[in-house]
Amino acid sequence: MEHYLSLMIQAIFVENLALAFFLGMCTFLAISKKVDAAFGLGVAVIVVLTLSVPVNQLIFNQVLREGALAWAGLPEVDLSFLGLLTYIGVIAALVQILEMVLDKYMPALYNALGVFLPLITVNCAILGASLFMVERDYTFSESVVYGLGAGIGWALAIVALAGIREKLKYSDVPAGLRGLGITFIAVGLMSLGFMSFSGISL
Amino acid sequence: MAIRQFLDKIEHNFEKGGKYERWYPLYEAVDTVFYAPKSVTSTTSHVRDGIDLKRIMITVWFCAWPAMFFGMWNIGYQANTFLAANPDAIMGDGALRTAFISALAGNNPDSIWDNIIYGAAYFIPIYAVTFIVGGFWEVLFATVRKHEVNEGFFVTSILFALICPPSIPLWQVALGISFGVVIGKEIFGGTGKNFLNPALTGRAFLYFAYPAQISGDTVWTAVDGFSGATALSIAFSDGMQALQDQISWTSAFLGTIQGSMGETSTLAIMIGGIALLLMKIASYRIVGGVLIGMIATASLLNMVGSETNPMFAMPAYWHLVIGGFAFGMFFMATDPVSASMTNTGKWCFGILVGVMTVLIRVVNPAFPEGIMLAILFANLFAPLMDHYVVQANIKRRLARG
Repeated sequence: MEHYLSLMIQAIFVENLALAFFLGMCTFLAISKKVDAAFGLGVAVIVVLTLSVPVNQLIFNQVLREGALAWAGLPEVDLSFLGLLTYIGVIAALVQILEMVLDKYMPALYNALGVFLPLITVNCAILGASLFMVERDYTFSESVVYGLGAGIGWALAIVALAGIREKLKYSDVPAGLRGLGITFIAVGLMSLGFMSFSGISL
Repeated sequence: MAIRQFLDKIEHNFEKGGKYERWYPLYEAVDTVFYAPKSVTSTTSHVRDGIDLKRIMITVWFCAWPAMFFGMWNIGYQANTFLAANPDAIMGDGALRTAFISALAGNNPDSIWDNIIYGAAYFIPIYAVTFIVGGFWEVLFATVRKHEVNEGFFVTSILFALICPPSIPLWQVALGISFGVVIGKEIFGGTGKNFLNPALTGRAFLYFAYPAQISGDTVWTAVDGFSGATALSIAFSDGMQALQDQISWTSAFLGTIQGSMGETSTLAIMIGGIALLLMKIASYRIVGGVLIGMIATASLLNMVGSETNPMFAMPAYWHLVIGGFAFGMFFMATDPVSASMTNTGKWCFGILVGVMTVLIRVVNPAFPEGIMLAILFANLFAPLMDHYVVQANIKRRLARG
C-alpha cells in the first residue's frame, strides 16, 4: 500500500509530466486560458491516462515483450519494435470512445475542448506515460496507479496555469511578449515552484 | 512648504512636452513620497482612505527594520564569537571590509558596537547592490513603459537582502535581484500584476543556479574558512537531541544562531510582523493559516514517527523558530499581490504554505529549508483558490435567488 502511495505522489508532484518533463505542451498552452475548460481537459487526460497506461501494459507484457508469445509456441519472437505503433493505436481508440461519450453526455465541454480533444491522441504526455511504464517495467497494478497519478499531476498543472492566466489578463505585458510568450515564461516560473519536490525520493 | 514650491516649480519640466518628459515617473515618485497625490477616484464606488500603496509599502519596509538591525548585530556576533574562539581564523573575505571593520571597531563579541559594525560591513554592501541594481531595472521599465515607479520595490529589495546569507558574492546578489525584478515582476507590468513574489523568485533562482554560495555549512557566518551546520541541518543529520544539546530553544527564538541575515531572530521578526498585523497590512488569515498548517503537519508527523528520518520528531514550536519560517510567514506569505485575495482563499493559501514548509523540511532530503519553496508553490495555486471561492460565491447567490 505504501509503495503505491509513494508511486502516486511521485507521479503527481515529483515527476509532474507537464512541469518536470515538459510533456504535452501544445495542449497545455492552448487550453489553459479558462479554468473550466482546463479542468475539463484535465479530467479527460486523467481518464485517458488511467485507461491507456494499464491497457498498454497488458499488451506489452502479454504480446509484445520478448518471449511473451511463448504460449503460442513462439518463444523467440520479440515484437517490442511494434511498441510505438500499438500504444498510439490504443490511445487513439480510447480517445475516440471518450469523444463519443462527451459528445453525447456533455456537449458543453465537448464544444469547449473542440479540436484539442482528438488531439489528446497525439498529446506527448499520454504517449510519454506509456513509454515510461515500459521503461520502468511497472506491474499491472503499478501502471494503474502511475497512469492515474500522472493524469492528476498534468491536470493539476494545467488548472493552476489556467488560474494564473486568468489573473494575468489584468497584467500589462510588453507588446512583444503578449500571448504565448508570457505563457512560456509563466510555465517556466511554475516549474521553478515545482522544483520544491525535486530530490524527494520515495 | 519649500518642498512643495520647489516641486511645483520644476513640475513643468516633467510634464508632456517638457525638457525631462522621459523622467516623469521619477518626479512622480518623489512628489508622492512627500505629499498625497491630488488625483481622486472619479468613478462611482470607492473607499475613501488616507492610506495608499506607497504608505503600505513603506510601512512594511519599516517593519522589516527590527529584523534588519538584529540581523546586522547577529552577523557580527556570530563572526566575533568564532574569531574569539579561534585566534587563527581570518576575519572577513574582502580587504575593504576588513579595513572598514578594523578602522571602526574591534572584535569583541560582547560589544554591541563591534558586532553592528561587523554586520554592517556585510549587510550594507549587499543591500546597496540590491537597491541600486533592482532600482535600475525598476526605473528603466518605468521610464520606457511609462508606468509609475512603485514602492513595492522598497519591500522587495529589503526582503531579498535579508534572506541572503552574509557571505554571498555581490555579483550574485545583482544577478538574483535582476531576475526577481525583471522576470518575476516587471515583464508582467510591475507591482500588482505579477503572480510570484519577486524577492523569492530571485532567491530561488540563486538557490538553484549557485547552490554552493547559498546553502551548505560554510556560508552562514562571515568568517573565512568557517564551517558549521545550521539548526535545520543539525536536526536533519543528527536528530532533535543533538539540536537541543547545541542550541537552546531560547537562543533560536532570540536569534543568536547562524542563518540568513534577517531571518534568524523570531523575536525581532515578530515585533515587525505583529505591528503589520495590527495595522491590517499583513493579513491575519494568511499568518493564521500558515501557523495552523505548520502545527497540524508537524504534529501529524510527530505522531507518525520515523526510525530513519530524525526530522519527523521535530515539534511545531521548534519549526517556528529555526530557519526562515517566521520571516516567511510574516513578510513573504502575506505579500498582497502574490497571495490569494479572497478571505477563504487566504486561509487555504496560508495552510498550503504551512503544510508544504514542513513537508519539504522533513520529507525532502535535498532541501533543508522549505518555506521559500513552499510560498512559491502556494503562489502558483493562489489564483486558482480565488477562482473557486468566487465561483462558489456566485453559485450561492444564484441559489439564494
